[in-house]
Parts: sequence; C-alpha cells; structure tokens
Amino acid sequence: MKISEILHITGGTLKCGEEKLHLEISHAFSSDLLSDVLTINRSGIMLITGAANLQAIRTAEIAEVSCILFARNKKVTDEMIRLAEENGLVIIESPRSMFGISGMLYQEGIKPLY
Amino acid sequence: MIRLEYMIEGGDFINAGNASSSLKKELRKLELDPALVRRIAVSTYEAEVNVVAHAYIGRMMAKIDNHSVNVIVTDEGPGIPDIDLAMQEGFSTASVRVREMGFGAGMGLANIKKNSDLFSITTELNIGTRLEMTWFRDHATKEADGII
Repeated sequence: MKISEILHITGGTLKCGEEKLHLEISHAFSSDLLSDVLTINRSGIMLITGAANLQAIRTAEIAEVSCILFARNKKVTDEMIRLAEENGLVIIESPRSMFGISGMLYQEGIKPLY
Repeated sequence: MIRLEYMIEGGDFINAGNASSSLKKELRKLELDPALVRRIAVSTYEAEVNVVAHAYIGRMMAKIDNHSVNVIVTDEGPGIPDIDLAMQEGFSTASVRVREMGFGAGMGLANIKKNSDLFSITTELNIGTRLEMTWFRDHATKEADGII
C-alpha cells in the first residue's frame, strides 16, 4: 500500500517526506516503547507510535523504518521534522488511536512483523 | 584499520543517538553487509542511550578492519551494582523522565548481547562501566574462531 493511500485512510497530515509518498509499505509495527522498536528486523516498514519525541525519530532511523505515523493526535516538533528530513524519513500525524490505525491498515493488507 | 571515536554526554537526550547514527553511516559507506550494519547500529544505539540515561559522560570507540568490527563504550558514572540483574529483560533503573521518552523498558543490555557476536561488560561502582562488542564480518571467520 502506498504511503499516500495510508495518509488518506488514516485521516493523517503529512509533516515531511513528500517525495516518498509513492513508496510501498508492506509491514507495520505499533509500539510506544523505543527498545521494542529496536527489535524490528525488517527494513522499510511503517512505525505507528504515540512516542512523539526526538528519540523516536532517532530510534526509527537506527531501525531503518521508512515512515513514522504518530497516533492519538501527538504533534511533532520542528526539531523532529529536521532530523527526519536529514534521514529521509516520512512523518505523518493522525488523530486516530493506535488500535484504530493498526486495525485499519491490517484490514487493507498491511502485514504484522510477527 | 579504521578507528572512529565519539563523545557521549550524560543527560543529553537531544543528541542521544548521534554517535551510533554517525557510526552507522560510516559502516554503510564502507559497504558492510546491511544486516550486519543494522545489528551494530542497534547495539551501539542501546549502549549510547544507556550512557545518556545513567552516566555523566562516555566515549564510543570503533575499530573496523577486514575481519571484524569492534566497539567499546566506556563511561564515567555510578556503575552497575548487580550486572546479572541489569542483564535481565525488563529490569530497569531508568528515571521517570527516561521512561516518559519511551526508554527504560529494561531491554537495553539484553538487546545488545542478542545483537552482537561477542559481548562483555565490566563495571566499578562510583567509577563507571565498560561495554565491549565485537562482530565478525563473515560467517566463515566466526566458525574458524570456534564462536559458532
């Protein structure tokens, strides 16, 4: 599923990474715990999280996540956007709950890591 | 052999991850196997966050050659009273502030050990802690050395 489609169905707002809207996402991982994000063993996935802080961006970059979707109306700072842009990450903000987003994307065929 | 060195400031959560991210970019430039680069990045990032979360100041020293990648992370800090306990998944002494950021789940040292080929940790109370991690660049080397 393309990031542009995910943006649409989750009622999301794109914060950076416009040039990557065409990218396909096949798998996703939902967590607020950054150490759990580091157990991701597949590149190019989508991370759904409520941990809206600079370290979430850094953790996602280390784990080679392609796109971060911040759930529950969490807002990103300019600093977070700058770090994300430096590392080619896409950032989306969505007002929906983590469970809601996860369920929606699962129904659309996005696969879990495990 | 290539040597790289980075300083890590205790309590500096703004810059936490810069060292391991810089190291990761260097390893990518050297065209190391991507799966290996990921394991090194995860381990060094966890080690770096531990220094930021628990110590006053630290240093990350990497040595890269054709055979292996070796990273030593040392810090000046309170040290670890019980290493066995610290290695247990889920055990954490992280502050409220650290947990609010999404860290402090108590998985750090266990994740480091899981993601490195060789791992050692030494500590001295009120002095600091030293982690040493090694990765072998090819599977054959690991077998020849009797590691696996």
